[in-house]
Amino acid sequence: MRIYALMVLLLCSLPSFSQICNNTLSGKVIDLHDGTALVGAMIIIAGSEQTVVTDINGNFSIQNLCDQTYAIQISHPYCLTSGHKIKVDGNTIKTFQLEHHLEALNEIVLKGHAQNKKSNTLAQNTLSGKKIEQFSSGSLGDALNSLSGVSSLNTGSTIVKPIINGLHSSRVILINNGVRMEDQEWGVEHAPNIDINTAENITVLKGASAIQYGGDAIAGVIVTAPEKIFIKDSLYGKTLLSASSNGRGSTLTSKLTKSDDNGWFSTLQGTIKRYGDFEAPEYVLSNTGTFERNASVRVGFNKFNYGIEGYYSFYKNEIGILAASHIGGAEDQVRAINSTIPLVLNDFTYAITYPKQDITHHLARIKAFKKFNGFGKVNLQYDFQQNQRLEYDIRVGDDSDTPSLDLVLKTHTLLVDIDSNLSENISIKSGFMARYQDNFADPSTGVRRLIPDYEKYDLGVYGISTVQLQDNWLLEAGARFDFTYMDVFKFYRTSFWESRNYAALFPEIVVEEYDNQLLTNPQYNFFNASGTVGSTYSFNDKLKLFFNYSLASRVPNPSELFSEGLHHSASRIELGDLSFKSEIANKVALTLQKEGTVFGFSIQPFINNIHDFIVIEPTKVEQTIRGNFQVWEYRQTNAQLLGIDIDATYALSSHVNFNHQFSLVKGYDRQGGGALISMPPVNTTNEITYENPKANNLKLALQSTYAFRQNEYPNTNFEVYIAQSESFELVDVSTPPEAYHLLNFRSSIAVPITEKSNLSVGFNVTNLLNTRYRNYLNSLRYYADDLGRNFLFNLKFNY
Amino acid sequence: MKTIKTLSLAVVAALSFASCSDDDDTPEIVNEEEVITTMTVTLTPTDDSETITLQSRDLDGDGSDAPVITVSGNLVSGTTYNGAIVLLNETESPAEDITEEVADESDEHQFFYTISSGLDATTEYTSFDEDGNPLGTTFILTAGAASSGTLTFTLRHEPTKPNDGIESAGGETDILVSFDVSVE
Repeated sequence: MRIYALMVLLLCSLPSFSQICNNTLSGKVIDLHDGTALVGAMIIIAGSEQTVVTDINGNFSIQNLCDQTYAIQISHPYCLTSGHKIKVDGNTIKTFQLEHHLEALNEIVLKGHAQNKKSNTLAQNTLSGKKIEQFSSGSLGDALNSLSGVSSLNTGSTIVKPIINGLHSSRVILINNGVRMEDQEWGVEHAPNIDINTAENITVLKGASAIQYGGDAIAGVIVTAPEKIFIKDSLYGKTLLSASSNGRGSTLTSKLTKSDDNGWFSTLQGTIKRYGDFEAPEYVLSNTGTFERNASVRVGFNKFNYGIEGYYSFYKNEIGILAASHIGGAEDQVRAINSTIPLVLNDFTYAITYPKQDITHHLARIKAFKKFNGFGKVNLQYDFQQNQRLEYDIRVGDDSDTPSLDLVLKTHTLLVDIDSNLSENISIKSGFMARYQDNFADPSTGVRRLIPDYEKYDLGVYGISTVQLQDNWLLEAGARFDFTYMDVFKFYRTSFWESRNYAALFPEIVVEEYDNQLLTNPQYNFFNASGTVGSTYSFNDKLKLFFNYSLASRVPNPSELFSEGLHHSASRIELGDLSFKSEIANKVALTLQKEGTVFGFSIQPFINNIHDFIVIEPTKVEQTIRGNFQVWEYRQTNAQLLGIDIDATYALSSHVNFNHQFSLVKGYDRQGGGALISMPPVNTTNEITYENPKANNLKLALQSTYAFRQNEYPNTNFEVYIAQSESFELVDVSTPPEAYHLLNFRSSIAVPITEKSNLSVGFNVTNLLNTRYRNYLNSLRYYADDLGRNFLFNLKFNY
Repeated sequence: MKTIKTLSLAVVAALSFASCSDDDDTPEIVNEEEVITTMTVTLTPTDDSETITLQSRDLDGDGSDAPVITVSGNLVSGTTYNGAIVLLNETESPAEDITEEVADESDEHQFFYTISSGLDATTEYTSFDEDGNPLGTTFILTAGAASSGTLTFTLRHEPTKPNDGIESAGGETDILVSFDVSVE
């Protein structure tokens, strides 16, 4: 398009047979809207090849022009290129105005909600697009794991849930493309249903200060943002292929974007991942393959003052669960834990058999914004999500192919957000949220519902104000109120109902009594308040101090309230409690951050006191016809988490960098005493990288990660009688595994193919030394070693 | 203007979408289909002594009530018994016979009998799968000298077959019940 414009201009300027040619055209290029000077605008005189660039004040000057009419083109990275006809008559002075909109428009596209920063007083940890591409074949959890203070709770190697500062599941809010994910995130073995390849960058906020997203982010918020789209004529895309030796599979992801300078844009994206059984250093991890298929489409129309955008994504993932982890009761656990190799070892296969998960997530969103002069910006968004989770167990007879769990969770959300600037230094962000959620557990599974049928209504309202006290000192304060109403239909076993004394406590909720079950209708009203206060102070342009306090309140999730029965994948009986109250957290986070080209660091200590913290822990052993099972009961206590995350980078030379990360978190039960279960052990990552932009952007990196042994844990081991040995044997379910050290290697090189396309080739090795290890935060650690060495080959084509 | 129209349309659509929710029907009860509530082992003597019944019954499945374990009497020294195991799901009515399902998938199942060192008794398989490997829904038990101890029945799903006994069989435990038994 630009080329055509130039050609037309060229033709126009042909009749230029010159006479006296020593005139100067000088002037200034400014922003059409606020008159600010535009630095670096390029001015081309058609026909003469003469090009000048505006200086820091937006000024330019072109010599040796004749007395005639010239066609000139002015371009700027963030502006629409414009053509002008200028009559030069002697020395001429002219001011040009450009539409300096692109950047602003893109920010609107990018931010969805409001401002660039999700929180002004809590340091953000961000994963860039390049980093995300490294994890193209992995999961969101794998990618986030590379940030300090973020670890993961794994079920095998493919189900990876992020843990922020020691907390996970319902305590982490995940905002995907502006939409809060409602994907049954309460379960430990329920990984986020997001294709990591849809994100252009991912931000982690280790606290609840971003209250525009919700008031219940006791651990923190993860925000995945889509790609920026420039409002200009273009068509571009990328395709990434990644092949792994471990799992003998590959990932193919592709994205194509079309944008137009009239404001329209559209993006089409898709990913397919197929892996067979993964391997530990010494054996195949049978039935751990995955098959993931994702697609998304985004269409929108943006102008400076208004815009509308639609987005739809589809996610489907079939995940095999380690065959050796499917066991009966405690007697089987003893066998599995004491065995040096997994109880089930088969040859490598791509086939995924039972037990497995099959998950489908649909997400549709429509949003629009309008700017009003002197008032601010109003955003409106509606989204719909449908999450279906099928869990297949090893079953006998006619039920062999029937899932044991079939849940469909539907969520509708309406959001209104208003951003306004009261004055130059004070801005206010406020909004309103309404949400309706419906959970349906299909009874045709023939297995009692793990999560009951329920309907949930949420209403929320919030306001955050940011005050720039001085150039280097910013204050932020916000508050939010949420109301939640839940209407639940839950079947209880009569025996449980009576043993819990519910018959006396909640007689009014019984709807109907059956032989050995009864139907109840619990209804809940929760009123929750949350808020944040913070400040950011810059000592100079490099050194900053962030202080943030946040109050978060979380409604107990359905699993905590209503669990009542055998959890097959965990080989334990889990019991919830009807009478739980909201969990309330007070978190203080400090960050000292120094940015620098040679040496930079960030130090982030925090303390999180949680009132009525809901924890699940073993209480007893229950005898069943299948043997003995440990009973895990949810209870509320007061918990305290404290820790520190450290990041540092040091440039050893212009090409060589050293990166360091260290995370420590401690969790204590301040009521019952002792350590909290499943706290991430101390870990440190050290990396040396070499980058040479001149040598085809060659990048080499050697990374060492060391996970210490978790020495603080509640001892929940128990003994069980084994008939064969006629003795009591220890079921060691709590002793954490030994510390481990892993080495990883990464390399890549980029080769230009044409002017507009390039090919980047990467070769990585993870677990270079093929170290055998077990991870304390992997729930399958009792049954098998973690992943062995993996050779990964990447091809990325940008066009 | 057009945008505003589209927007308001979207909101209206959203609200109507949200409001037309499910009806007020109460959900359907689920009676666990393949839960095994009851194992009954009938030991019929080859002579005219008393038939002995060993039973474990847990009507709430993996609920909070423990199984009720009963032994009808003592074994008689020197007597040979024909043993038969019946598995029932009594949460359904009429009760479902799970033994049939186990027998239908005989190659994927096997019962093991573990006799504690104090108890003088021996067992022998009398039911087999199509490959001739033990299934164990029926067996012969011979009571030895007067003694007492435990007799443990274990049903494994997908054990290694053939095997040299429970120690090396692997698989997942579907049933595990110990009975205190005496020989007199």
